[in-house]
Amino acid sequence: MSEDAKIWARLAGLTPARIGLGRTGSGLPTREVLRFGLAHAQARDAVHTPMDADAVTADIEALGLPTLRVASQAADRAAYLRRPDQGRALAPADRDALERAAGDSVDLAIVVADGLSARAVHEGAAGFLAAFKPHAERAGWSLAPVIVASQARVALGDAVGAALKARAVAVLVGERPGLSSPDSLGIYLTFGPRIGRSDAERNCISNVRPAGLSHALAAFKLDWLLSQAFARGLTGVSLKDESEAALAGSDVAPALPKA
Amino acid sequence: MAYRHVVGPRTWAFADLAELMAKATPVRSGDRLAGVAAESAEEGSAARWCLADVPLREILARPLIAYEDDDVTRLILDTHDAAAFSGVAHLTVGDFREFLLTATTETLARIAPGITPEMAAAVSKISRNQDLILIARKCRVVTRFRNTIGLPGTMAVRLQPNHPTDDPAGITASILDGLSYGCGDAVIGINPASDSVAALGKLLHLLDEIIRRHAIPTQGCVLTHVTTTLEAMNRGWPVDLVFQSIAGTQAANAGFGVTLAILKEAHEAMLALKRGSLGDNGMYFETGQGSALSANAHHGIDQQTLEARAYAVARPFRPLLVNTVVGFIGPEYLYDGKEIIRAGLEDHFCGKLMGVPLGVDVCYTNHAEADQDDMDVLLTLLGAAGCTYVMGVPGADDVMLNYQSTSFHDSLYVREVLGLKRAPEFEAWLHALGMTDAAGTLLPAEPGSPLLADASGLAA
Repeated sequence: MSEDAKIWARLAGLTPARIGLGRTGSGLPTREVLRFGLAHAQARDAVHTPMDADAVTADIEALGLPTLRVASQAADRAAYLRRPDQGRALAPADRDALERAAGDSVDLAIVVADGLSARAVHEGAAGFLAAFKPHAERAGWSLAPVIVASQARVALGDAVGAALKARAVAVLVGERPGLSSPDSLGIYLTFGPRIGRSDAERNCISNVRPAGLSHALAAFKLDWLLSQAFARGLTGVSLKDESEAALAGSDVAPALPKA
Repeated sequence: MAYRHVVGPRTWAFADLAELMAKATPVRSGDRLAGVAAESAEEGSAARWCLADVPLREILARPLIAYEDDDVTRLILDTHDAAAFSGVAHLTVGDFREFLLTATTETLARIAPGITPEMAAAVSKISRNQDLILIARKCRVVTRFRNTIGLPGTMAVRLQPNHPTDDPAGITASILDGLSYGCGDAVIGINPASDSVAALGKLLHLLDEIIRRHAIPTQGCVLTHVTTTLEAMNRGWPVDLVFQSIAGTQAANAGFGVTLAILKEAHEAMLALKRGSLGDNGMYFETGQGSALSANAHHGIDQQTLEARAYAVARPFRPLLVNTVVGFIGPEYLYDGKEIIRAGLEDHFCGKLMGVPLGVDVCYTNHAEADQDDMDVLLTLLGAAGCTYVMGVPGADDVMLNYQSTSFHDSLYVREVLGLKRAPEFEAWLHALGMTDAAGTLLPAEPGSPLLADASGLAA
């Protein structure tokens, strides 16, 4: 390897950006064209692969958490992509079913939504819930059945939370896949869910995936945000995520995997 | 007043100019989402027939949003150049298209201050893609800060070295990579992951240091909110270009947290710094179809017309650069490659017709029905149309914003195919460093280039 090639290899280690690719004339080397094509294919598949709701509910119920299934008003993926309003609204029959199923008010409703990456849900939702369940038990929070929602956007959680009489709703949703992150789960927390809440009234924990934020750390953050939300009666821009500081001196830290 | 057009036994009626323009717009998902799109292909075609007969004077006389309700409308009407308009005032939209096809570069420059965004949008709606290319190619908008952008036969590139955590070493690595491909004459512009003033300061100093050390004839920019950049200027930090995202209605701009008064304040602060060696075009604006709808501020107007109104917001500030981020916002606004390509050509055309230095972020997200082949098509068409600049993102993959744009390699491709040069001062700098031949073609990297000398320290 030439000196310059060594320098480029070291530079490439400083950023996830695609640098030091080399060129052949004005074009990319063949391996880079193919590498990019594969990454795009994985991101496209993440967007278009339907959620396997049977498998997702089975994985969640195996954790001892009951589930219910709902769908948004978006009939299919094409409608979902073109009509964000439909992906935010519950199918009428499902809304009625949730209202019938609702008992007394609960502290937290959890929604698992396919969003823009079913793959993120398949690979990450049950794992995250396994990490979060002990936090909820320790805090003594009452939970509604976990709602598995298809063709669903984040704001669908507002309708679900309201129907289930939940004090807060956490939506686990497949995020818009980047070229290098087809498997990223986002977690949106909204206090006092009701239809019409704005995104400024939510807190978000993003990039939950093996190469990003771990399930254990994401569960810790949700625990922290939820405790703050219940104490202060709000979520959103007024609630800054300072869980890192809490983590530094916290007795909860041992719950995290050892480095 | 209602507009009507008869097709055989059927009379198509349009309640007002806003409805007529919306229904005359080539169909796209964002206008359907807003409920303003034509409901059949024939209705769209009837609207285009009808729009072609509307006099430009009538468009001027019938603001789509009332003067008293919207400061963008007030800006458009208060700054309208009646003398420049007089050369085309007698034309209908249809005649205007034909006038533009035969107009010279000088004529286009003369009428530009008289063209309102609604006129530009109207004529674009009845134009084919080839018209949008041919007419825009004849428009010349030249701007200067530390180099000269927009000369005939040139296309500049914004070097976009984003990093998911704003890591200075990682950003520097991407900048060196881009420079080594001859990119960065439009601007070296970072989208920061963090909103904080402290993070902004670090990045501004990093850019200033690299540009000074290598005496690069270009400018730097950290694309953060204009109020944060104002704060940076107040602290005496090295701000070259002042950036802001803008839109075509007062309410949509309010959604971005910006007013015309704030832009004016920032523009004046930028001018006072006098950091441009060749000129004082120091503003940089980004726009994109759909931003007004996503802010619930679209007033029942189609997204392409609103986009052109954003260029009217930019125009009085004599910006160095303005670009539409054409496929960024997602398939609910532009569904597929066809819609993105059409929108990119429309935006570029409208900006140039109005005298604004329009570049295009040729881009898409992974949930749009588009891929790199569509971007190749749009990039090539924009190169033919004389687009002011495009983006240079490492490997076309922006790892901070999670979307795909054009790459350093793509700029080499379009230069080779269309013979497009860089800004002349930047071209001369590359040549003096031994990185390009006399024609501006990139040479194989020589060991021990000054750029890599920088890098070895960084990576050690």
